[in-house]
Amino acid sequence: MLLAIENLTIRYPSRFGDFTAVDDASLHLDRGEVLGIVGESGAGKSTIGNAIMGLLQAPGKMVGGSIIFDGQRLDLLSKKELISLRGKKVGMIFQDPMTSLNPLETIEAQLLETVLLHSDLSKADAKLRALELLSEVGISAPAERIKQFPHEFSGGMRQRVVIALVLAGNPDLIIADEPTTALDVSIQATILKLIRTLCHHKNVGVILVTHDMAVIAETTDRVAVMHRGKIVETDNTKSLIASPKHAYTKALISAVPPSNRRIDRFTHVDFAKDRHDRKSIDLKSHWVGKEVYEPAAEKELLKVQNLTKVFNARSSIFSPKRESTLAVDNVTFSILDGETYGIVGESGSGKSTIARLISGIHKPTDGSVLFDGLDLLNGIKSVQDKKKKRKIQMIFQDPYSSLNGRMRVEQIISEPLLLGGFEGSKAELQQLVYDLLFLVELESGAASKYPHAFSGGQRQRISIARALASRPKFLICDEPTSALDVSIQAQILNLLRDLQQRLNLTYLFISHDLPVMRQVCDRIAVMKNGSLVEECPAEEIFTSPQHSYTKDLIRLMPKFER
Amino acid sequence: MIEGWREFVRSNFIYSFSRAPVAIGSFVIASSLILFAIAAPFISPYTPYDPATLNLMNGFSAPLAPNAFTGDVFIFGSDDQGRDILSTILFGMRISLFVGFSAVFLAMILGVALGLVAAMAGGVIDAIIMRVADIQLSFPSILIAMLIYGIAKGITPPEMRNEVAIWVLILSIGLSDWVQFARVVRGSAMVELQKEYVEAAKLIGVNRVAIAFRHIFPNVVPSVLVIATISLALAIISEATLSFLGVGAPPTQPSLGTLIRIGQGFLFSGEWWIIFFPSLALLLLALSVNLLGDWLRNTLNPNVGIK
Amino acid sequence: MELSLFQYLIRRALQSGVVLLVTGLIAFSMFRFVGDPVENMMGQERTDADIELLREKLGLNDPFFIQYWNFLADAAQGDLGISFRQGRPVVEVLIERLPATIELASVSAFLAIIVGITLGVYVAIKPFGWITNTVLTVSLIGVSLPTFLIGIMLIYLFAVELSWLPSFGRGETVQIGWWSTGLLTVSGVKAIILPAVTLGLYQMTMIMRLVRSEMSEVLNSDFIRFARSRGLPEQKINFRHALKNTLVPVITVTGLQLGSIIAFAIITETVFQWPGLGLLFIDSVQFVDIPIMASYLMFISLMFVSINLIVDILYVMIDPRLRIGEAS
Repeated sequence: MLLAIENLTIRYPSRFGDFTAVDDASLHLDRGEVLGIVGESGAGKSTIGNAIMGLLQAPGKMVGGSIIFDGQRLDLLSKKELISLRGKKVGMIFQDPMTSLNPLETIEAQLLETVLLHSDLSKADAKLRALELLSEVGISAPAERIKQFPHEFSGGMRQRVVIALVLAGNPDLIIADEPTTALDVSIQATILKLIRTLCHHKNVGVILVTHDMAVIAETTDRVAVMHRGKIVETDNTKSLIASPKHAYTKALISAVPPSNRRIDRFTHVDFAKDRHDRKSIDLKSHWVGKEVYEPAAEKELLKVQNLTKVFNARSSIFSPKRESTLAVDNVTFSILDGETYGIVGESGSGKSTIARLISGIHKPTDGSVLFDGLDLLNGIKSVQDKKKKRKIQMIFQDPYSSLNGRMRVEQIISEPLLLGGFEGSKAELQQLVYDLLFLVELESGAASKYPHAFSGGQRQRISIARALASRPKFLICDEPTSALDVSIQAQILNLLRDLQQRLNLTYLFISHDLPVMRQVCDRIAVMKNGSLVEECPAEEIFTSPQHSYTKDLIRLMPKFER
Repeated sequence: MIEGWREFVRSNFIYSFSRAPVAIGSFVIASSLILFAIAAPFISPYTPYDPATLNLMNGFSAPLAPNAFTGDVFIFGSDDQGRDILSTILFGMRISLFVGFSAVFLAMILGVALGLVAAMAGGVIDAIIMRVADIQLSFPSILIAMLIYGIAKGITPPEMRNEVAIWVLILSIGLSDWVQFARVVRGSAMVELQKEYVEAAKLIGVNRVAIAFRHIFPNVVPSVLVIATISLALAIISEATLSFLGVGAPPTQPSLGTLIRIGQGFLFSGEWWIIFFPSLALLLLALSVNLLGDWLRNTLNPNVGIK
Repeated sequence: MELSLFQYLIRRALQSGVVLLVTGLIAFSMFRFVGDPVENMMGQERTDADIELLREKLGLNDPFFIQYWNFLADAAQGDLGISFRQGRPVVEVLIERLPATIELASVSAFLAIIVGITLGVYVAIKPFGWITNTVLTVSLIGVSLPTFLIGIMLIYLFAVELSWLPSFGRGETVQIGWWSTGLLTVSGVKAIILPAVTLGLYQMTMIMRLVRSEMSEVLNSDFIRFARSRGLPEQKINFRHALKNTLVPVITVTGLQLGSIIAFAIITETVFQWPGLGLLFIDSVQFVDIPIMASYLMFISLMFVSINLIVDILYVMIDPRLRIGEAS
């Protein structure tokens, strides 16, 4: 038994009383196996990792239980003894590769320092070992690259360097804390494979902390599920996913969008009580529903033609010249009335830029955008035109910056109502705000509060309510659930689906997450480096992708099948 | 409104304030001094700038000791002209605070306006404003203030100089301080402009002016407050320095700095109180305002020294 | 990439040139338009004919830009006019007073940097403890006390009460060519101590606070946590990793602040009657001696611009991210 944790309890004293981050948690790990710890944000999974290393963030304290590593009580060691263990016996991979390396030192310097610290090699031998390590983690041309600085490496490469640094001490236990969350999906697959291979070849124990069930399914041998500090279930990964026992585990698994089929709704997602029971509003007579009409079949609601956007920016403080980046390259597509059209791509593919070109935040370099016959780029002149333009609304990715923190929810939602020409008494306005809140499953008491009183998922609901206040026809959803926990994501996706049916909305759904898109979209377009490489009905993308890039994406997509 | 007040009282801001004796202490001291200064005409025991009430025989009276000639008692002693030091301090604080607040106010209006314009307009206007700010930042504010004084002195006829001095002082300190405000506001505004709620506002149909005032400005206010408090302390010290050097408040309307200048001449001859008490007052004033500003900055920026 | 570095420096140099020209313009405007220079230069007994003659001679009737050009040409050659008050060439006066200020500024800067960085690092590494608390409290007082008050207090304590150090002047100076130094005599060294401490105290405090805040932030950053997790000893983390990363932003800000020491010397020189450029400037403001005022302004501008340029070059040399472009 490499690691045995019994009844671990960790508390954070705070102004409002003690916060128990980890509550009576127990788990064990053998050499050569990958144990996953999965949970949503705030579950306490990273805290366990930190506690093992002795790197708990102040003022956290371990107040109960024991951590036994290779026969030794880790929690009873002195600071000095702990430091001597770190790197040599226990290593940790951090989440964000962009900030894990010292920006002022070469890779060589950083590797040498760690290798020399944990071994008796001469400097020359240490240099050889460093090159060896870089090859092991899959960095090509190591002799050249070792002399470079961190900022000359991409995100994925930096994470490989991080892994090399962790391996430098030959540890027996490696804790990987969300090691691929900050990386693109295609890079994620290779890094996870690397971790798994190293684990089995070197016979080390790996604890993989993540919120992503698909990562768990693909990478771990066993898994422990955490919820609010407690470990609610531990089992073999395959068994857990096939037949979960605890109610929370069931809810968690049912919230994960399956990558192998399309389901109608996410069921059993009420374990996290985030929403308020819907009051029924008769939309036919309500103000919100007044402008709803049946979608015209086959009508092109949005028509994008030859859309191109070039950004001019200084690449560094040196060159007075401006370097141009081709963000969107001659893209053409149409969105039909009433459908959900998806655009999928990795970072830098241009998908977010397209959203902003349609909404008018950026002006395109070339091409045209037609919305319901209106030329969005040139033709917005009359009041009628402006009214039509307001039928396009947007939901954003970051719930924390998409609401003005200094405005009450009531103000946030009434602003578009008033700008849309609402003429009524103050009381009627307030009732309308309450109704919109009901529609997104929030209670009326939310109106008088400020955004900081709400969780991420609730803030997204407020954003949706704000968008609905303009009585939109077309909703651009730019990664609306990427920043949310998976169970909240499921609730929001359910909500979006319900709203679409009740209000006959058309969606443009942008994301990097293919399994999510399979659940939500009717047609999907794939973007790479600014170009649209493939477009077809959603299921076909998954069953018979045509373009090589699409095939790669599908192949590297983390599989979670149920 | 009431809900807002209740929330403020329960907020983190008030919580850490009530837990920091330093903050409470300095707040109390600063407010008391300000109140005393405002009430100076009513509470000062003598009227030191009314020549009719002055008696040269009262000169050089030691603190608390009855004067040998007239028997009048001065709590902090009297200066060479027979003026009561306590009274001169009260009126001096008045000038110091008046100049301080006015200068900061001027700098704030100018700086916030220019900072917002630079952030929202962008492009050439932004570049021009920032260039000017950069150039001005290359010179220490004291120098700029002195230059303005020198130029003003050169263009005003001698008989007007004393009257105009206070306003020149406010102008020079204010004009040398706007850059801080402009930079902070511009930086803060640019951060806010990147946030998605601004995009949402544009989509809803809010026009640019409304975005600036209703959305951006309220989010910029906290940083402005921090800079304002620190600026106030700096302004008070700058004013004292300029007056001490003789290029600030004139002897007819002396601030604490001027008083110290006058008192320095008597330090070596034994009448220590003429310089001591004004110095003490200046120290208390600057220190309490500075402590408040420091605490404010730490509360709004919790990166340093985790508790 | 070396070419771009070169281009960058050229651009910065050009920008500095613009700043100098602007300052020159302001200085020149002061020369010509504040008060009447002719009135200031001639005594009471003068006829209108004399005034006209002098006007012609000084070129005061020429168009603005010709006057400005002449002014710049003269300045470049070292002719900055004649002091209204002293009647001597401005350049002569400036050179006479320069060494005193430069020596004072250098000693202060040196003290401020050494003590400031040391204390800042200490306070960042040990955020709690009585030494830290004392240092922080004293630093706060240091920022709240006006420089002139500190000077007066020091004079009172060390010169009047204890009589250890002199209360004014430079002490004995030794002439080396056109430079007069006070650092080679015992009385000279004694005389520079109090003024240097007074002048440097504010800078010392600012540097200490800056180092503290930067270093604290660095110590909480991800790469330091990662370094800790690799088992690197605290000593190495603090001094090799954290300090280096702290100093990069500190250098820029400190460099700019130190430039202002030369101007702040005005106050210290006044308190200690130190015969440097600062004291000269104050006198010139009181007596509206425009040539001195304007020339001082240009001198300060030149100093600042040079220091800015040096700091920029240093910054680029130290931070590798600026030398080589970012990878995708």
